[in-house]
Amino acid sequence: MIQADLNVILPEILLSLYAMFALLGGVYGGKDRLSVPLIFATAGVFVILAFIVSGSSNGTQTAFGGMFINDGFARFSKVLILVSAAVVLIISPDYLRSRKLLHFEYPILIALSVVGMMMMVSSGDLMSLYMGLELQSLCLYVVASMRRDSLKSTEAGLKYFVLGALASGLLLYGASLCYGYAGTTSFEGIIAAAGDDHADVGLLIGLVMILSGLAFKVSAVPFHMWTPDVYEGAPTPVTAFFATAPKVAAMALFARVMHDAFGGIVGDWQQVVALISVLSMYLGAIAAIGQSNIKRLMAYSSIAHMGYALMGLASGTAYGVEAMLTYMTIYVTMNIGTFAFILMMERDGQPVTDIASLSMLSRAAPGKALAMLVLLFSLAGVPPSLGFFAKWGVWNAALDAGLIWLVVASAVASGIGAYYYLRIVYLMYFGQEPQDALDRRRAPILGTVMSVSALVMVVGVVSLFGIEGAAEAAANTLLR
Amino acid sequence: MIGLEHYLTVAATLFVIGIFGLFLNRKNIIILLMSVELILLSVNINLVAFSSFAQDLVGQVFTLLVLTVAAAEAAIGLAILVSFFRNRGTIAVEDVNVMKG
Repeated sequence: MIQADLNVILPEILLSLYAMFALLGGVYGGKDRLSVPLIFATAGVFVILAFIVSGSSNGTQTAFGGMFINDGFARFSKVLILVSAAVVLIISPDYLRSRKLLHFEYPILIALSVVGMMMMVSSGDLMSLYMGLELQSLCLYVVASMRRDSLKSTEAGLKYFVLGALASGLLLYGASLCYGYAGTTSFEGIIAAAGDDHADVGLLIGLVMILSGLAFKVSAVPFHMWTPDVYEGAPTPVTAFFATAPKVAAMALFARVMHDAFGGIVGDWQQVVALISVLSMYLGAIAAIGQSNIKRLMAYSSIAHMGYALMGLASGTAYGVEAMLTYMTIYVTMNIGTFAFILMMERDGQPVTDIASLSMLSRAAPGKALAMLVLLFSLAGVPPSLGFFAKWGVWNAALDAGLIWLVVASAVASGIGAYYYLRIVYLMYFGQEPQDALDRRRAPILGTVMSVSALVMVVGVVSLFGIEGAAEAAANTLLR
Repeated sequence: MIGLEHYLTVAATLFVIGIFGLFLNRKNIIILLMSVELILLSVNINLVAFSSFAQDLVGQVFTLLVLTVAAAEAAIGLAILVSFFRNRGTIAVEDVNVMKG
Protein backbone atom coordinates (compact mmCIF):
# COMPACT_ATOMS: atom_id res chain seq x y z
CA MET A 1 0.00 0.00 0.00
CA ILE A 2 2.57 2.56 1.12
CA GLN A 3 4.91 1.28 -1.57
CA ALA A 4 2.33 2.05 -4.26
CA ASP A 5 1.78 5.52 -2.80
CA LEU A 6 5.49 6.23 -2.77
CA ASN A 7 5.80 5.14 -6.38
CA VAL A 8 3.21 7.70 -7.40
CA ILE A 9 5.10 10.58 -5.81
CA LEU A 10 8.54 9.31 -6.80
CA PRO A 11 9.51 12.40 -8.90
CA GLU A 12 8.74 14.73 -5.98
CA ILE A 13 10.66 12.54 -3.53
CA LEU A 14 13.67 12.38 -5.84
CA LEU A 15 13.69 16.15 -6.29
CA SER A 16 13.42 16.87 -2.55
CA LEU A 17 16.19 14.37 -1.81
CA TYR A 18 18.33 16.00 -4.48
CA ALA A 19 17.68 19.43 -2.95
CA MET A 20 18.68 18.25 0.52
CA PHE A 21 21.84 16.55 -0.66
CA ALA A 22 22.73 19.60 -2.75
CA LEU A 23 22.29 21.72 0.37
CA LEU A 24 24.63 19.44 2.32
CA GLY A 25 27.11 19.53 -0.55
CA GLY A 26 26.89 23.30 -0.72
CA VAL A 27 27.49 23.76 2.98
CA TYR A 28 30.39 21.33 3.31
CA GLY A 29 31.89 21.76 -0.14
CA GLY A 30 33.27 25.27 -0.17
CA LYS A 31 30.01 27.22 -0.33
CA ASP A 32 29.67 29.53 -3.29
CA ARG A 33 32.43 27.94 -5.36
CA LEU A 34 29.99 25.16 -6.12
CA SER A 35 27.14 27.37 -7.25
CA VAL A 36 27.69 27.27 -11.02
CA PRO A 37 28.01 23.47 -11.20
CA LEU A 38 25.04 23.24 -8.86
CA ILE A 39 22.94 25.46 -11.12
CA PHE A 40 23.64 23.27 -14.14
CA ALA A 41 23.20 20.07 -12.12
CA THR A 42 19.80 21.26 -10.92
CA ALA A 43 18.78 22.12 -14.48
CA GLY A 44 19.90 18.63 -15.51
CA VAL A 45 17.87 17.04 -12.71
CA PHE A 46 14.81 19.02 -13.82
CA VAL A 47 15.18 17.79 -17.39
CA ILE A 48 15.64 14.16 -16.29
CA LEU A 49 12.57 14.42 -14.07
CA ALA A 50 10.60 15.93 -16.94
CA PHE A 51 11.45 12.82 -18.96
CA ILE A 52 10.51 10.54 -16.06
CA VAL A 53 7.20 12.34 -15.54
CA SER A 54 6.27 12.40 -19.20
CA GLY A 55 7.35 8.80 -19.76
CA SER A 56 5.59 7.42 -16.69
CA SER A 57 2.37 5.49 -17.01
CA ASN A 58 -0.77 6.85 -18.57
CA GLY A 59 -3.99 7.03 -16.69
CA THR A 60 -4.82 8.44 -13.30
CA GLN A 61 -3.22 7.26 -10.09
CA THR A 62 -3.95 8.58 -6.64
CA ALA A 63 -1.85 8.32 -3.51
CA PHE A 64 -2.40 8.84 0.20
CA GLY A 65 -6.14 8.44 0.13
CA GLY A 66 -6.73 10.79 -2.78
CA MET A 67 -4.56 13.63 -1.43
CA PHE A 68 -2.21 13.39 -4.36
CA ILE A 69 -3.41 12.88 -7.93
CA ASN A 70 -1.12 11.99 -10.79
CA ASP A 71 -3.19 12.37 -13.94
CA GLY A 72 -2.55 13.59 -17.47
CA PHE A 73 -3.28 17.18 -16.48
CA ALA A 74 -0.76 17.09 -13.63
CA ARG A 75 1.88 15.48 -15.87
CA PHE A 76 1.45 18.10 -18.60
CA SER A 77 1.81 20.94 -16.10
CA LYS A 78 4.75 19.29 -14.37
CA VAL A 79 6.69 18.87 -17.59
CA LEU A 80 6.05 22.51 -18.46
CA ILE A 81 7.11 23.66 -14.98
CA LEU A 82 10.27 21.51 -14.92
CA VAL A 83 11.43 22.47 -18.41
CA SER A 84 10.83 26.19 -17.95
CA ALA A 85 12.55 26.18 -14.55
CA ALA A 86 15.52 24.36 -16.13
CA VAL A 87 15.84 26.94 -18.90
CA VAL A 88 15.60 29.81 -16.43
CA LEU A 89 18.40 28.24 -14.37
CA ILE A 90 20.57 27.88 -17.46
CA ILE A 91 20.22 31.56 -18.38
CA SER A 92 20.93 32.82 -14.82
CA PRO A 93 24.68 32.34 -14.11
CA ASP A 94 25.94 35.21 -16.32
CA TYR A 95 23.87 37.84 -14.57
CA LEU A 96 24.43 36.37 -11.12
CA ARG A 97 28.18 36.37 -11.67
CA SER A 98 28.32 39.98 -12.80
CA ARG A 99 26.34 41.06 -9.77
CA LYS A 100 28.21 38.81 -7.33
CA LEU A 101 25.07 36.91 -6.50
CA LEU A 102 26.32 33.40 -7.11
CA HIS A 103 25.01 31.92 -3.88
CA PHE A 104 24.68 28.16 -3.87
CA GLU A 105 21.28 28.47 -2.21
CA TYR A 106 19.74 29.85 -5.39
CA PRO A 107 19.39 26.58 -7.35
CA ILE A 108 18.38 24.75 -4.18
CA LEU A 109 15.59 27.19 -3.38
CA ILE A 110 14.43 26.97 -6.99
CA ALA A 111 14.42 23.17 -6.73
CA LEU A 112 12.38 23.24 -3.52
CA SER A 113 9.89 25.69 -4.97
CA VAL A 114 9.55 23.38 -7.97
CA VAL A 115 8.72 20.54 -5.56
CA GLY A 116 6.01 22.82 -4.15
CA MET A 117 4.67 23.54 -7.61
CA MET A 118 4.55 19.84 -8.47
CA MET A 119 2.60 19.27 -5.26
CA MET A 120 0.23 22.09 -6.19
CA VAL A 121 -0.68 20.77 -9.62
CA SER A 122 -1.24 17.25 -8.24
CA SER A 123 -3.18 18.20 -5.16
CA GLY A 124 -6.43 16.38 -4.55
CA ASP A 125 -7.16 17.78 -1.13
CA LEU A 126 -7.20 21.20 0.50
CA MET A 127 -4.36 20.16 2.80
CA SER A 128 -1.98 19.08 0.04
CA LEU A 129 -2.99 22.20 -1.88
CA TYR A 130 -2.01 24.39 1.05
CA MET A 131 1.28 22.60 1.75
CA GLY A 132 2.33 22.76 -1.90
CA LEU A 133 1.38 26.40 -2.22
CA GLU A 134 3.28 27.38 0.92
CA LEU A 135 6.39 25.40 0.01
CA GLN A 136 6.45 27.23 -3.30
CA SER A 137 5.68 30.66 -1.84
CA LEU A 138 8.16 30.52 1.04
CA CYS A 139 10.98 29.70 -1.37
CA LEU A 140 9.92 32.49 -3.71
CA TYR A 141 9.88 35.09 -0.90
CA VAL A 142 13.48 34.23 -0.16
CA VAL A 143 14.75 34.27 -3.75
CA ALA A 144 13.00 37.61 -4.36
CA SER A 145 15.10 39.22 -1.62
CA MET A 146 18.23 37.29 -2.55
CA ARG A 147 20.25 40.45 -3.17
CA ARG A 148 20.66 41.19 0.50
CA ASP A 149 22.62 44.42 0.10
CA SER A 150 20.12 46.01 -2.26
CA LEU A 151 17.26 48.08 -0.91
CA LYS A 152 15.08 47.35 -3.92
CA SER A 153 15.49 43.60 -3.70
CA THR A 154 14.76 43.39 0.03
CA GLU A 155 11.81 45.74 -0.37
CA ALA A 156 10.47 43.53 -3.16
CA GLY A 157 10.83 40.50 -0.91
CA LEU A 158 9.10 42.28 1.96
CA LYS A 159 6.15 43.40 -0.15
CA TYR A 160 5.83 39.99 -1.73
CA PHE A 161 5.94 38.35 1.69
CA VAL A 162 3.31 40.55 3.34
CA LEU A 163 0.84 40.38 0.46
CA GLY A 164 1.56 36.70 -0.15
CA ALA A 165 0.89 35.88 3.48
CA LEU A 166 -2.38 37.81 3.27
CA ALA A 167 -3.37 35.81 0.20
CA SER A 168 -2.52 32.52 1.92
CA GLY A 169 -4.62 33.68 4.87
CA LEU A 170 -7.61 34.40 2.65
CA LEU A 171 -7.22 31.06 0.89
CA LEU A 172 -6.90 29.25 4.16
CA TYR A 173 -9.96 30.89 5.67
CA GLY A 174 -11.87 29.84 2.57
CA ALA A 175 -10.51 26.32 2.95
CA SER A 176 -11.67 26.19 6.57
CA LEU A 177 -15.18 27.24 5.54
CA CYS A 178 -15.20 24.62 2.79
CA TYR A 179 -14.14 22.02 5.32
CA GLY A 180 -16.88 23.10 7.69
CA TYR A 181 -19.71 23.16 5.19
CA ALA A 182 -18.66 20.19 3.06
CA GLY A 183 -17.48 18.14 6.07
CA THR A 184 -14.34 17.05 4.28
CA THR A 185 -11.20 18.53 2.78
CA SER A 186 -10.93 16.23 -0.22
CA PHE A 187 -11.92 17.61 -3.60
CA GLU A 188 -14.07 14.54 -4.27
CA GLY A 189 -16.00 15.15 -1.07
CA ILE A 190 -16.41 18.86 -1.79
CA ILE A 191 -17.73 18.29 -5.29
CA ALA A 192 -20.22 15.77 -3.88
CA ALA A 193 -21.31 18.18 -1.15
CA ALA A 194 -21.58 21.13 -3.51
CA GLY A 195 -24.07 19.30 -5.68
CA ASP A 196 -24.94 20.09 -9.27
CA ASP A 197 -26.90 23.26 -9.00
CA HIS A 198 -26.35 25.88 -6.35
CA ALA A 199 -24.26 25.19 -3.29
CA ASP A 200 -25.14 26.64 0.08
CA VAL A 201 -23.84 30.00 1.21
CA GLY A 202 -21.02 28.86 3.48
CA LEU A 203 -19.46 26.83 0.71
CA LEU A 204 -19.84 29.74 -1.70
CA ILE A 205 -18.06 32.14 0.66
CA GLY A 206 -15.31 29.54 0.97
CA LEU A 207 -15.14 29.27 -2.82
CA VAL A 208 -14.84 33.03 -3.26
CA MET A 209 -12.06 33.27 -0.67
CA ILE A 210 -10.11 30.40 -2.22
CA LEU A 211 -10.61 32.06 -5.56
CA SER A 212 -9.16 35.36 -4.33
CA GLY A 213 -6.16 33.59 -2.82
CA LEU A 214 -5.50 31.86 -6.12
CA ALA A 215 -6.05 35.10 -8.07
CA PHE A 216 -3.25 36.59 -6.00
CA LYS A 217 -0.90 33.78 -6.96
CA VAL A 218 -1.60 34.24 -10.68
CA SER A 219 -1.48 38.06 -10.21
CA ALA A 220 -4.96 38.65 -11.59
CA VAL A 221 -6.45 42.06 -11.14
CA PRO A 222 -7.82 42.96 -7.79
CA PHE A 223 -4.77 41.22 -6.30
CA HIS A 224 -2.04 42.31 -8.72
CA MET A 225 -0.47 45.17 -6.68
CA TRP A 226 2.64 43.21 -5.77
CA THR A 227 3.59 42.21 -9.30
CA PRO A 228 5.28 45.34 -10.73
CA ASP A 229 7.27 46.04 -7.56
CA VAL A 230 8.42 42.47 -7.13
CA TYR A 231 9.36 42.15 -10.79
CA GLU A 232 11.32 45.39 -10.67
CA GLY A 233 13.07 44.78 -7.38
CA ALA A 234 14.02 41.12 -7.71
CA PRO A 235 17.23 40.20 -9.59
CA THR A 236 16.42 39.69 -13.28
CA PRO A 237 16.87 35.86 -13.42
CA VAL A 238 14.53 35.62 -10.44
CA THR A 239 12.04 37.82 -12.25
CA ALA A 240 12.31 35.52 -15.26
CA PHE A 241 11.54 32.61 -12.97
CA PHE A 242 8.55 34.42 -11.40
CA ALA A 243 7.11 35.09 -14.83
CA THR A 244 7.23 31.45 -15.92
CA ALA A 245 7.05 28.33 -13.72
CA PRO A 246 5.05 29.71 -10.73
CA LYS A 247 2.50 31.21 -13.10
CA VAL A 248 2.00 27.85 -14.79
CA ALA A 249 1.66 26.11 -11.44
CA ALA A 250 -0.80 28.66 -10.07
CA MET A 251 -2.87 28.59 -13.24
CA ALA A 252 -2.95 24.78 -13.24
CA LEU A 253 -3.93 24.80 -9.56
CA PHE A 254 -6.67 27.29 -10.37
CA ALA A 255 -8.04 24.93 -13.02
CA ARG A 256 -7.69 21.95 -10.71
CA VAL A 257 -9.60 23.54 -7.83
CA MET A 258 -12.30 25.04 -10.01
CA HIS A 259 -13.00 21.81 -11.89
CA ASP A 260 -12.11 19.07 -9.40
CA ALA A 261 -13.67 20.65 -6.32
CA PHE A 262 -16.27 23.03 -7.73
CA GLY A 263 -16.88 21.50 -11.15
CA GLY A 264 -20.54 20.93 -10.37
CA ILE A 265 -21.32 24.59 -9.76
CA VAL A 266 -19.65 26.14 -12.79
CA GLY A 267 -22.39 28.76 -12.98
CA ASP A 268 -21.42 30.07 -9.54
CA TRP A 269 -17.81 30.89 -10.37
CA GLN A 270 -17.88 31.43 -14.11
CA GLN A 271 -18.92 35.09 -13.95
CA VAL A 272 -16.38 35.88 -11.23
CA VAL A 273 -13.52 34.38 -13.22
CA ALA A 274 -14.71 36.16 -16.38
CA LEU A 275 -14.75 39.47 -14.50
CA ILE A 276 -11.25 38.94 -13.05
CA SER A 277 -10.03 38.03 -16.50
CA VAL A 278 -11.44 41.10 -18.22
CA LEU A 279 -10.15 43.45 -15.50
CA SER A 280 -6.65 41.92 -15.73
CA MET A 281 -6.54 42.37 -19.48
CA TYR A 282 -7.49 46.03 -19.30
CA LEU A 283 -5.30 46.92 -16.35
CA GLY A 284 -2.34 45.13 -17.92
CA ALA A 285 -2.89 46.89 -21.24
CA ILE A 286 -3.44 50.39 -19.90
CA ALA A 287 -1.05 50.60 -16.96
CA ALA A 288 1.87 49.32 -19.03
CA ILE A 289 1.73 52.28 -21.40
CA GLY A 290 3.42 54.72 -19.03
CA GLN A 291 6.24 52.40 -17.96
CA SER A 292 9.87 53.21 -18.68
CA ASN A 293 11.38 50.17 -16.98
CA ILE A 294 11.23 47.02 -19.06
CA LYS A 295 10.86 44.76 -16.03
CA ARG A 296 7.83 46.71 -14.82
CA LEU A 297 6.47 46.56 -18.33
CA MET A 298 6.86 42.79 -18.35
CA ALA A 299 4.98 42.68 -15.04
CA TYR A 300 1.98 44.45 -16.52
CA SER A 301 2.33 42.30 -19.62
CA SER A 302 2.12 39.18 -17.47
CA ILE A 303 -0.97 40.54 -15.69
CA ALA A 304 -2.63 40.98 -19.08
CA HIS A 305 -1.55 37.52 -20.23
CA MET A 306 -2.99 35.95 -17.09
CA GLY A 307 -6.25 37.68 -18.02
CA TYR A 308 -6.28 35.89 -21.38
CA ALA A 309 -5.39 32.55 -19.83
CA LEU A 310 -8.19 32.97 -17.25
CA MET A 311 -10.55 33.53 -20.17
CA GLY A 312 -10.02 29.89 -21.11
CA LEU A 313 -10.93 28.86 -17.57
CA ALA A 314 -13.93 31.17 -17.50
CA SER A 315 -15.50 29.17 -20.30
CA GLY A 316 -15.70 26.25 -17.86
CA THR A 317 -15.28 23.52 -20.47
CA ALA A 318 -12.64 20.93 -21.31
CA TYR A 319 -11.86 22.92 -24.44
CA GLY A 320 -11.33 25.98 -22.26
CA VAL A 321 -8.81 24.14 -20.08
CA GLU A 322 -7.06 22.91 -23.21
CA ALA A 323 -6.86 26.47 -24.57
CA MET A 324 -5.53 27.65 -21.21
CA LEU A 325 -2.78 25.00 -21.18
CA THR A 326 -1.79 25.83 -24.75
CA TYR A 327 -1.78 29.52 -23.86
CA MET A 328 0.46 28.95 -20.84
CA THR A 329 2.90 26.87 -22.90
CA ILE A 330 3.24 29.58 -25.53
CA TYR A 331 3.36 32.33 -22.89
CA VAL A 332 6.20 30.62 -21.05
CA THR A 333 8.18 30.09 -24.25
CA MET A 334 7.99 33.71 -25.33
CA ASN A 335 8.62 35.06 -21.84
CA ILE A 336 11.81 33.03 -21.49
CA GLY A 337 13.05 34.47 -24.78
CA THR A 338 12.18 38.01 -23.74
CA PHE A 339 13.89 37.66 -20.40
CA ALA A 340 16.99 36.23 -22.07
CA PHE A 341 17.02 39.49 -24.03
CA ILE A 342 16.56 41.59 -20.88
CA LEU A 343 19.44 39.70 -19.25
CA MET A 344 21.63 40.70 -22.18
CA MET A 345 20.91 44.43 -21.72
CA GLU A 346 24.07 45.88 -20.20
CA ARG A 347 25.92 49.17 -20.34
CA ASP A 348 29.53 49.38 -19.15
CA GLY A 349 29.13 45.95 -17.59
CA GLN A 350 26.15 47.06 -15.50
CA PRO A 351 22.67 45.66 -16.16
CA VAL A 352 20.17 48.28 -17.35
CA THR A 353 16.41 47.98 -17.57
CA ASP A 354 15.61 51.33 -19.16
CA ILE A 355 13.43 51.01 -22.26
CA ALA A 356 14.96 54.18 -23.76
CA SER A 357 18.36 52.48 -23.90
CA LEU A 358 17.01 50.21 -26.63
CA SER A 359 16.74 52.97 -29.20
CA MET A 360 18.29 52.13 -32.58
CA LEU A 361 19.28 48.69 -31.39
CA SER A 362 18.63 47.48 -34.94
CA ARG A 363 21.82 49.23 -36.07
CA ALA A 364 24.01 48.09 -33.19
CA ALA A 365 22.78 44.49 -33.03
CA PRO A 366 20.49 43.63 -35.96
CA GLY A 367 20.11 39.94 -35.10
CA LYS A 368 19.14 40.62 -31.50
CA ALA A 369 16.71 43.34 -32.54
CA LEU A 370 15.07 41.04 -35.08
CA ALA A 371 14.62 38.24 -32.54
CA MET A 372 13.16 40.73 -30.03
CA LEU A 373 10.84 42.04 -32.75
CA VAL A 374 9.45 38.55 -33.33
CA LEU A 375 9.02 38.00 -29.58
CA LEU A 376 7.29 41.35 -29.09
CA PHE A 377 4.94 40.70 -32.01
CA SER A 378 4.16 37.36 -30.46
CA LEU A 379 3.55 38.88 -27.02
CA ALA A 380 1.23 41.41 -28.63
CA GLY A 381 -0.58 38.65 -30.52
CA VAL A 382 0.03 39.97 -34.04
CA PRO A 383 -1.47 37.40 -36.45
CA PRO A 384 1.33 35.43 -38.10
CA SER A 385 3.05 34.72 -34.79
CA LEU A 386 2.39 31.96 -32.29
CA GLY A 387 1.09 34.43 -29.71
CA PHE A 388 -1.89 35.09 -31.94
CA PHE A 389 -2.81 31.40 -32.04
CA ALA A 390 -2.67 31.28 -28.26
CA LYS A 391 -5.26 34.07 -28.10
CA TRP A 392 -7.23 32.45 -30.92
CA GLY A 393 -7.59 29.30 -28.81
CA VAL A 394 -8.99 31.07 -25.74
CA TRP A 395 -11.29 33.19 -27.90
CA ASN A 396 -12.71 30.05 -29.48
CA ALA A 397 -13.20 28.46 -26.08
CA ALA A 398 -15.03 31.52 -24.74
CA LEU A 399 -17.17 31.70 -27.88
CA ASP A 400 -18.13 28.05 -27.47
CA ALA A 401 -19.27 28.82 -23.94
CA GLY A 402 -21.35 31.75 -25.18
CA LEU A 403 -19.24 34.47 -23.57
CA ILE A 404 -19.35 36.80 -26.56
CA TRP A 405 -18.96 40.00 -24.50
CA LEU A 406 -15.75 38.58 -23.03
CA VAL A 407 -14.31 37.88 -26.48
CA VAL A 408 -15.15 41.36 -27.75
CA ALA A 409 -13.73 43.01 -24.64
CA SER A 410 -10.51 41.01 -24.85
CA ALA A 411 -10.06 41.78 -28.54
CA VAL A 412 -10.23 45.48 -27.70
CA ALA A 413 -7.82 45.01 -24.78
CA SER A 414 -5.30 43.21 -26.96
CA GLY A 415 -5.52 46.10 -29.43
CA ILE A 416 -4.68 48.56 -26.65
CA GLY A 417 -1.97 46.25 -25.34
CA ALA A 418 -0.30 46.01 -28.75
CA TYR A 419 0.62 49.70 -28.45
CA TYR A 420 3.29 49.33 -25.80
CA TYR A 421 4.91 46.32 -27.41
CA LEU A 422 5.02 48.08 -30.75
CA ARG A 423 6.46 51.18 -29.07
CA ILE A 424 9.54 49.14 -28.18
CA VAL A 425 9.76 47.89 -31.77
CA TYR A 426 9.51 51.50 -32.96
CA LEU A 427 12.31 52.54 -30.60
CA MET A 428 14.55 49.72 -31.78
CA TYR A 429 14.10 50.50 -35.47
CA PHE A 430 13.22 54.18 -35.81
CA GLY A 431 14.27 55.65 -32.45
CA GLN A 432 16.72 58.42 -31.86
CA GLU A 433 20.45 57.91 -31.92
CA PRO A 434 21.39 56.83 -28.36
CA GLN A 435 23.96 58.80 -26.38
CA ASP A 436 25.61 55.75 -24.89
CA ALA A 437 24.85 52.47 -26.56
CA LEU A 438 24.39 49.14 -24.89
CA ASP A 439 27.43 46.89 -24.61
CA ARG A 440 27.98 44.36 -27.32
CA ARG A 441 28.28 41.23 -25.29
CA ARG A 442 29.08 37.74 -26.26
CA ALA A 443 26.58 35.67 -24.35
CA PRO A 444 26.25 32.40 -26.24
CA ILE A 445 23.72 30.75 -23.91
CA LEU A 446 21.42 33.77 -23.68
CA GLY A 447 21.65 34.35 -27.41
CA THR A 448 20.81 30.74 -28.19
CA VAL A 449 17.86 30.64 -25.80
CA MET A 450 16.52 33.87 -27.21
CA SER A 451 16.87 32.86 -30.86
CA VAL A 452 15.37 29.43 -30.25
CA SER A 453 12.42 31.04 -28.52
CA ALA A 454 11.98 33.54 -31.38
CA LEU A 455 12.28 30.74 -33.91
CA VAL A 456 9.60 28.74 -32.12
CA MET A 457 7.30 31.75 -32.37
CA VAL A 458 7.59 31.62 -36.17
CA VAL A 459 8.00 27.92 -36.95
CA GLY A 460 5.50 26.80 -34.32
CA VAL A 461 2.66 28.25 -36.34
CA VAL A 462 2.79 25.24 -38.67
CA SER A 463 1.82 22.56 -36.19
CA LEU A 464 2.22 24.04 -32.68
CA PHE A 465 4.66 21.13 -32.13
CA GLY A 466 1.80 18.87 -31.14
CA ILE A 467 1.19 20.87 -27.96
CA GLU A 468 -2.49 21.13 -28.71
CA GLY A 469 -2.97 17.36 -28.80
CA ALA A 470 -1.14 16.91 -25.51
CA ALA A 471 -3.08 19.78 -23.94
CA GLU A 472 -6.35 18.28 -25.14
CA ALA A 473 -5.53 14.90 -23.61
CA ALA A 474 -4.50 16.64 -20.37
CA ALA A 475 -7.66 18.73 -20.23
CA ASN A 476 -9.82 15.66 -20.78
CA THR A 477 -8.31 13.90 -17.78
CA LEU A 478 -9.20 16.89 -15.61
CA LEU A 479 -12.85 16.98 -16.71
CA ARG A 480 -13.73 13.34 -16.60
CA MET B 1 -24.50 26.58 25.99
CA ILE B 2 -21.72 27.60 23.66
CA GLY B 3 -22.47 26.45 20.13
CA LEU B 4 -20.57 26.28 16.87
CA GLU B 5 -21.69 29.75 15.82
CA HIS B 6 -19.98 31.34 18.84
CA TYR B 7 -16.65 29.88 17.83
CA LEU B 8 -17.19 30.92 14.23
CA THR B 9 -17.99 34.46 15.34
CA VAL B 10 -14.80 34.72 17.37
CA ALA B 11 -12.81 33.39 14.43
CA ALA B 12 -14.47 35.76 11.97
CA THR B 13 -13.82 38.71 14.31
CA LEU B 14 -10.14 37.80 14.65
CA PHE B 15 -9.92 37.40 10.88
CA VAL B 16 -11.39 40.84 10.26
CA ILE B 17 -9.12 42.42 12.89
CA GLY B 18 -6.16 40.82 11.12
CA ILE B 19 -7.22 42.11 7.70
CA PHE B 20 -7.79 45.63 9.08
CA GLY B 21 -4.45 45.46 10.85
CA LEU B 22 -2.79 44.80 7.51
CA PHE B 23 -4.51 47.61 5.66
CA LEU B 24 -5.00 50.38 8.21
CA ASN B 25 -1.71 50.08 10.04
CA ARG B 26 0.69 52.86 9.04
CA LYS B 27 3.31 52.41 11.70
CA ASN B 28 5.33 49.29 11.95
CA ILE B 29 5.99 46.24 9.82
CA ILE B 30 6.13 44.03 12.92
CA ILE B 31 2.44 44.80 13.36
CA LEU B 32 1.86 43.48 9.84
CA LEU B 33 3.50 40.20 10.84
CA MET B 34 1.31 40.06 13.94
CA SER B 35 -1.78 40.63 11.81
CA VAL B 36 -0.79 37.77 9.54
CA GLU B 37 -0.45 35.50 12.57
CA LEU B 38 -3.87 36.64 13.76
CA ILE B 39 -5.42 35.64 10.43
CA LEU B 40 -3.82 32.20 10.56
CA LEU B 41 -4.95 31.68 14.16
CA SER B 42 -8.50 32.61 13.30
CA VAL B 43 -8.38 29.90 10.64
CA ASN B 44 -7.17 27.46 13.27
CA ILE B 45 -10.09 28.27 15.56
CA ASN B 46 -12.44 27.71 12.65
CA LEU B 47 -10.88 24.37 11.79
CA VAL B 48 -10.84 23.06 15.34
CA ALA B 49 -14.42 24.18 15.96
CA PHE B 50 -15.68 22.52 12.80
CA SER B 51 -13.66 19.42 13.50
CA SER B 52 -14.92 18.99 17.06
CA PHE B 53 -18.55 19.64 16.16
CA ALA B 54 -18.45 17.27 13.17
CA GLN B 55 -16.61 14.58 15.18
CA ASP B 56 -14.03 14.42 12.41
CA LEU B 57 -10.27 14.54 13.07
CA VAL B 58 -9.19 15.89 9.67
CA GLY B 59 -9.67 19.49 10.73
CA GLN B 60 -7.29 19.10 13.65
CA VAL B 61 -4.68 17.52 11.41
CA PHE B 62 -5.07 20.53 9.13
CA THR B 63 -4.59 22.82 12.14
CA LEU B 64 -1.29 21.17 12.99
CA LEU B 65 -0.10 21.69 9.43
CA VAL B 66 -1.17 25.34 9.51
CA LEU B 67 0.65 25.90 12.82
CA THR B 68 3.86 24.45 11.40
CA VAL B 69 3.69 26.50 8.24
CA ALA B 70 2.85 29.64 10.21
CA ALA B 71 6.03 29.20 12.25
CA ALA B 72 8.11 28.82 9.10
CA GLU B 73 6.41 31.82 7.57
CA ALA B 74 7.10 34.01 10.59
CA ALA B 75 10.77 32.98 10.54
CA ILE B 76 11.15 33.87 6.87
CA GLY B 77 9.22 37.11 7.31
CA LEU B 78 11.47 38.23 10.16
CA ALA B 79 14.58 37.30 8.17
CA ILE B 80 13.46 39.41 5.21
CA LEU B 81 12.54 42.21 7.60
CA VAL B 82 16.02 42.18 9.16
CA SER B 83 17.74 42.42 5.79
CA PHE B 84 15.38 45.23 4.80
CA PHE B 85 16.17 47.07 8.02
CA ARG B 86 19.91 46.80 7.35
CA ASN B 87 19.45 48.59 4.03
CA ARG B 88 16.81 51.12 4.94
CA GLY B 89 17.48 51.79 8.63
CA THR B 90 13.79 51.90 9.49
CA ILE B 91 10.83 49.55 9.58
CA ALA B 92 8.03 52.09 9.32
CA VAL B 93 5.40 51.02 6.80
CA GLU B 94 5.40 54.37 5.05
CA ASP B 95 9.11 54.06 4.32
CA VAL B 96 8.62 50.94 2.20
CA ASN B 97 8.36 53.14 -0.85
CA VAL B 98 11.49 52.99 -2.98
CA MET B 99 9.47 51.56 -5.83
CA LYS B 100 6.21 53.27 -6.64
CA GLY B 101 3.00 51.27 -6.60
